[in-house]
Amino acid sequence: MTMRDEEQTLPNPVRPAFDRPSTEDGVIVSIGPSHPATHGTLQIIAELSGERVVRADVHCGYLHRGFEKECEAHTWHTLIPFVDRLNYCSALMNNFAYCDAVETLMGVEITPRTRYLRTLLAEYSRIADHITCIAASVMEMGAMTAFLYLMTIRDYIYEHLADLTGARVTYSYGRIGGLANDLPEGWIKRLEEILDEYEVYVGRIHGLLDRNRIFIDRTRDVGVLTTEEAIHWGFTGPILRSTGVPRDLRKDTPYLAYDELDFEVPVGIKGDNYDRYFVRMREMDESVYMIRQLIEMLPDGPVNVDDRRCTFPEKDLVYSEIESLINHFKLVIDGPQVPAGEVYRAHEAANGELGFFLVSDGSGTPHRVHVRAPSFVHMGGLHRLLEGYQLADIVSTFGTVNMIGGECDR
Amino acid sequence: MDQGLLERLRERLDGDGREPVFAHGLLVVQLPREALLDTVKLLKDAFGFDLFLDVTAIDWPQREPRFDVVYHFYSTRDHVRVRLKTTVTMADPVVDSLLDHYGSAHFMERECHDMFGIVFRGNADLRPILLYEGFEGHPLRKDYPKEREQPLVRYRE
Amino acid sequence: MNQVHEKSSAFEYLTTRKDDLVGWARKFSIFPYPFVTACCAMEFMSVSSTMYDTDRFGAALPRFSPRQSDLLMVVGTITHKQAPILKKVYEQMCEPKWVMAFGVCATSGGFYQNYAALQGIDKIIPVDVYIPGCPPRPESVIDGIMQLQDKIANASHPIINEKF
Repeated sequence: MTMRDEEQTLPNPVRPAFDRPSTEDGVIVSIGPSHPATHGTLQIIAELSGERVVRADVHCGYLHRGFEKECEAHTWHTLIPFVDRLNYCSALMNNFAYCDAVETLMGVEITPRTRYLRTLLAEYSRIADHITCIAASVMEMGAMTAFLYLMTIRDYIYEHLADLTGARVTYSYGRIGGLANDLPEGWIKRLEEILDEYEVYVGRIHGLLDRNRIFIDRTRDVGVLTTEEAIHWGFTGPILRSTGVPRDLRKDTPYLAYDELDFEVPVGIKGDNYDRYFVRMREMDESVYMIRQLIEMLPDGPVNVDDRRCTFPEKDLVYSEIESLINHFKLVIDGPQVPAGEVYRAHEAANGELGFFLVSDGSGTPHRVHVRAPSFVHMGGLHRLLEGYQLADIVSTFGTVNMIGGECDR
Repeated sequence: MDQGLLERLRERLDGDGREPVFAHGLLVVQLPREALLDTVKLLKDAFGFDLFLDVTAIDWPQREPRFDVVYHFYSTRDHVRVRLKTTVTMADPVVDSLLDHYGSAHFMERECHDMFGIVFRGNADLRPILLYEGFEGHPLRKDYPKEREQPLVRYRE
Repeated sequence: MNQVHEKSSAFEYLTTRKDDLVGWARKFSIFPYPFVTACCAMEFMSVSSTMYDTDRFGAALPRFSPRQSDLLMVVGTITHKQAPILKKVYEQMCEPKWVMAFGVCATSGGFYQNYAALQGIDKIIPVDVYIPGCPPRPESVIDGIMQLQDKIANASHPIINEKF
C-alpha cells in the first residue's frame, strides 16, 4: 500500500550550481533539506575532496511561506501574528521592530512604560533566542547535557512569557502604539527568580563547554571570518561582532530605551565558531544586566497611546458608546490608516539587523512590507564559512550561524 | 547619527537627475537607473557605505514605469543609512547588478528576481532561491493571485 | 520428551490476543523521524527535553534515517518546495509507519493561505494524528502521542499470520 499508485517521479525543486566535481577524485554530496545537521530547512550541495569541502552551494527557500504576499492581504494590525513567525525564537523582537516601523510612519510616540517594557522584553527574548541557538548547536556536537540544561531554563522563560502573553512561542504581543496588555500581578518577581536560575544554569554551561577539549577542537579555528569579509557578505549581529568589531545597533543608532542603559558590546577575537558561541553567551549576560536595570527604571502609566487612529477603545466603552463602537469597527474592518510614505526601521535582533521596509499608500492595508532578514543575508555568505573546512565542521559552523528558517525564507 | 555627513552627501549627490531628500532619518535618493552604479561606487568609496543591507522592489501596477527598485546602504563607521530608488518599466525590467561591489548582493538580487522578475545585469546566477524550479510568474507582483498554487507533487484523491 | 511441568508460584503464562501483544510492544517503541521545518520545532525541542520528556512514552529517540523510523513527525509548515522531499522521506520509511501532523500548518496550511504553502500534508501523504495549535503546547503533543499509542494498540498487525 506504500507503492506509488502511478509512476510519478518526484521533481527536484532546486538546480545545483555545479553537477560534476572539478577534480577527478572529487565527490558531490547533497546535505539537507531534511538532515539533522541542517536544523531548519536548508540544503547544502557540497563538493568534497576527501573530507574537505571544496565548494558549497547553499539553497534556502524551503520554508518560503509567502509572508510578504500575505501582508498585502491583511490590515496593519492583523499581520502582527505573521510577523511573529519570522524569527520564531524571539518573536517579540520582530513584533516590536514592526510596530516601531509603523509608529514611525504614523508619527506615534509610544508611552514611557511601553518604551521600557519593550526594551525589557526584547532583551528577555534575546536570551531565549541565544539559548536556543547554543542548545541546538552544542547538541549537534554531542553535548546533550548542555542541551537539557539550556532547555530547562528556556522552558521557564517560555512559561513565564505565556503568563504575560498567553502563548509560549508566538506571542502576538506588540500592538501599534503599545502592547496587548500590561504586566500581570507578580510577573516581575518571577522574572527576578528566573534571572537567578539563569545564572546557575549558564554557570554550568560555562563549566561544561568553555574549556572542554572536544568542544574547543570542534569550534576553534573553524569557520573563520575576518571583519572585511563579514561586511562584504553582509553579516551583522553576533557573527560580525565575533570578528572583533563592536557593531551593535543598540549602541550605534539607539532606539527604544537603549541609550539610557549601561551595557557592553561583547566582541570576539578571531571570528570562528568558538567566538560566535562565546559572544552569544556574553550577550545573554549583558541582557540579564540590562533587564535588572530596566526593572528598576520601569515607570508606571498606561501602555497604549491615547490615539484613536491605532489604539482600540476600551471594551466596556465599545459596548456602551456609539463613537467607540464605530472606532472599534473601523479599526477592525479597515485597519489603522497609515499615512502614505515609506519607512525603513532596523532593530538589533538576536541574529543581526532586522529591518522592516514598509510602503503605505495611505490605506489600512500595506502596499508593500519587506523584511531585511539577517538570516537570509547570512546564508548568502555561508559558503565562505564552509569552504576549506572538513565535512563534519558543517555541523558546528551551521549551528553557530543560527539560521532561522522562518526569517530566512519568509 | 552624523547629520553633517548626510548633509554633505546630499549636496554631493544633487544633480545629474538625482533628487536627494530626507525622510524618517534616512537620505532618500531618487535616481535614473543609468546613474546607479556610479552612485553606489561613490557611496562606497568616498562616503564609507560599506554594508549593503537590502534590495527590493515595489510594484505600482497603475503607474508607468511600473517598478521601483529600492536599495538600502549602511555605513558601519558613521552609522547612517541611505536609500537609493530607481524605476524600471515592465517591458525592460533591467538594472545593473552590484555584485562587483558587495558580495551580499548575490542572494538578495536572486530573491528580487524571484519575487518581481527584475533582471540584474551582471549577475549571471539568477536561479530561483525562495521559489523552486518550474515556478511560473513572480508572486509579489500585484497581478499574481495570492492563492494560485503551483504544486510539485500530485495530490492524493 | 515428556517433561513434567513443575508447578511454581512464578508468573509463567499469559493469555492474550496476538494483535494485542504486538500492539502493546509496538506502542512503546515508537522511533520518530522529526521532519522539522518551522516554528513548531521550538515546541518539539521542549517536548523532547527534560520538562515534558517524551521518553516516558518510548518515543524519544529520534532516528535520522527514514528507514529506521516508524513515526514521521511533520513539525511545521510544508511548502510546495518542500513537498517532494516529504513525499520521498515518507516513501523511504518501512511498514509499519505512522504520520503525525504537528501543528496547524502541517494539518491544514494554517494561516498561510497562499501560493507557497501546502494546504495540509494529507494532500500528499496519509496522516494518523493531527495536533492543533500554532504551535501546539507540549501537553497537546503528549496527548497526540497517547492517541497514536491507542491507535497502534487497537490496530490489527498484519505481520501475524497463520504461521506464527
